Amino acid sequence: MNSMPGTPMPTVLVTGTSSDAHTWNLVYLQLLLEEWGHEVTNLGPCAPDDLVMGSAVELRPDLIVVSSVNGHGHQDGLRLVQVLRARPELVGTTIVIGGKLGTDGLRNVGQVRRLLAAGYDRVFDDGDVNAFRDMLARPPVRAVS
Amino acid sequence: MTQAPFGEFVAGARARGTLVVQPRMGFSDPGRMRQGLARTRAADAVTVGTLTLDSYTRVRDLDAARRALAEGVTLNGYPICTHPPETTRGVLDGIHDASFPVQVRHGSPRPEHIVAALLGLGLDATEGGPVSYCLPYSRTPLAEAVVCWRTACEMLAEHTGDGRVPHLESFGGCMLGQLCPPAVLVAVSVLEGLFFARHGLRSVSLSYAQQTSPQQDLEAVAALQRLAGELLGPIDWHVVLYAYMGVYPLSRGGGLNLLEAAARLAVTSGASRLIVKTAAEAHRIPTVADNVEALEAAARAAATATAPPPGPPAADSEVYAEARTLVHAVLDLHDDVGTALLTAFRRGLLDIPYCLHPDNAGRARSFIDHDGRLRWGDTGALPLGGAAVSAARKVTSADLLAALSRVRRAYDSGGTA
Ligand code: B12
Repeated sequence: MNSMPGTPMPTVLVTGTSSDAHTWNLVYLQLLLEEWGHEVTNLGPCAPDDLVMGSAVELRPDLIVVSSVNGHGHQDGLRLVQVLRARPELVGTTIVIGGKLGTDGLRNVGQVRRLLAAGYDRVFDDGDVNAFRDMLARPPVRAVS
Repeated sequence: MTQAPFGEFVAGARARGTLVVQPRMGFSDPGRMRQGLARTRAADAVTVGTLTLDSYTRVRDLDAARRALAEGVTLNGYPICTHPPETTRGVLDGIHDASFPVQVRHGSPRPEHIVAALLGLGLDATEGGPVSYCLPYSRTPLAEAVVCWRTACEMLAEHTGDGRVPHLESFGGCMLGQLCPPAVLVAVSVLEGLFFARHGLRSVSLSYAQQTSPQQDLEAVAALQRLAGELLGPIDWHVVLYAYMGVYPLSRGGGLNLLEAAARLAVTSGASRLIVKTAAEAHRIPTVADNVEALEAAARAAATATAPPPGPPAADSEVYAEARTLVHAVLDLHDDVGTALLTAFRRGLLDIPYCLHPDNAGRARSFIDHDGRLRWGDTGALPLGGAAVSAARKVTSADLLAALSRVRRAYDSGGTA
């Protein structure tokens, strides 16, 4: 999928959470988003909240994708989105999180609700890539017009 | 506390012809941790215990660990620096003794706080390495990890004597867990073992993680043993095999079959110890019961396999030749192994495929060949001219996922690698 000539590619910031060292998820998401026609900056693993916030303020991406699989995603993701949403520049930015957010492999409705309430636009608790793709196919974060 | 030198325990089991099996196990709740150690000890297998630490302790975010405990949040491991030492003594008391060594497994590029904590508790076996606990686990500069790991080795080595022989295991044979051709894994493991020895350790283990081809894995463990024999000198060392460290089968049957293949590989390759994976690997942090099941299944499978005849592994192989070239290319750079490793990564003489760390060259590319062997698509600046067998093409997300899931797919459909 290529973007239309002259249409700027939507920009995406992909990042791991502060305590999460896993990177295959980040490499995979980067490839996927690039194939969907996005321009991706990948911050890599163990990104402190301030680094994510600073990079987001500087790059002003259309979308921030937080990925966590180490089981600390509920805690780290919650703290991070509070830091991001506290910045006026990022109030309107689409922010999503996904992966394996807890340690017990179970869907935790309460935690998901807290993440949404704290500022995520979507939570892909079970790492559902198809649902993610469907979301991106709709405005305002569109790769292809 | 009566000491149980880790290396001596493993050597004793080996002399009796038994594979030592060990879990990757860690819980934030001390009661559960104690139960896990007790059940590991009581399992129908020759076992050593493990304290696997949580991610906050690994990245030295001890505030986050403290907050999580205060809020009753479940962590992905045991926060050894946050529970008071009395609590951890209570976890170990009456379980950790001369017949049951306990190792601390973490994943920290800057491990001094962890080493101080474990030594303070009377423990002295742990895991790591300046490269293998940095590139897969952090964004910490490699130069900083080398400095921290020198200190950590010296802290451990200082506790040698009085019946104590601190033990350090290299994680070099795993790195990112998947899609790294074995020669690099073997080379990093050997080089880290040398680093440990130069910094005073008298007992080390070198790791290798099961990959995608049983034949290539046999060659890799043989290469590891041969290079260790050639280079490590008169210290105590053994080889530890890791059950598959990549994307694990979803099905219970597939997961256990893969573990059993690892246990047989451990025996036929002549490894002394096996770290297991459980049937829950693809889904969640394994429970105590998951771990006991894995330990016992592995011990049963190991008992059906035949060990190789004693003596140094003879066969020359592709893995040995490549690993030997890599190890010597690095050692030729500098007398100090840590400095040599830094130069090697800067120049791309060592290069881990798909590793995002800023100090990794990231030019080498790997793929799984039709015969299941991991091979080079592009050797980048690795001193392995001619080893690349297919012109590298752009890898798509689907290609990557297919390669990462190859073992999962094979075992979930009832097959093997
Ligand atoms: C490889 C691996 C490692 C390697 C990682 C190397 C590296 N640098 O990446 C090593 C061995 C170093 C490692 C270490 C650890 N690991 Co690990 N690891 C795995 C393993 C085996 C495979 C992960 C993988 O490569 N997947 C391939 C990628 C492409 O897929 P994925 O990450 O599963 O993500 C998919 C979806 O979740 C989704 N997705 C991910 N993020 C997002 C985001 C969005 C928005 C969307 C839509 C989708 C999405 O996309 C992917 C494709 O489907 C898994 C178990 C398994 N799955 O078999 C454990 C696992 C993830 N690890 C785990 C843990 C806990 C750790 C450790 C903390 C050690 C420990 N205590 O056991 C450390 C990490 C330390 C730290 N600071 O965080 C646990 C997590 C438990 C949980 N969440 O319940 C797992 C599940 C194993 C287990 N059962 O205990 N690990």
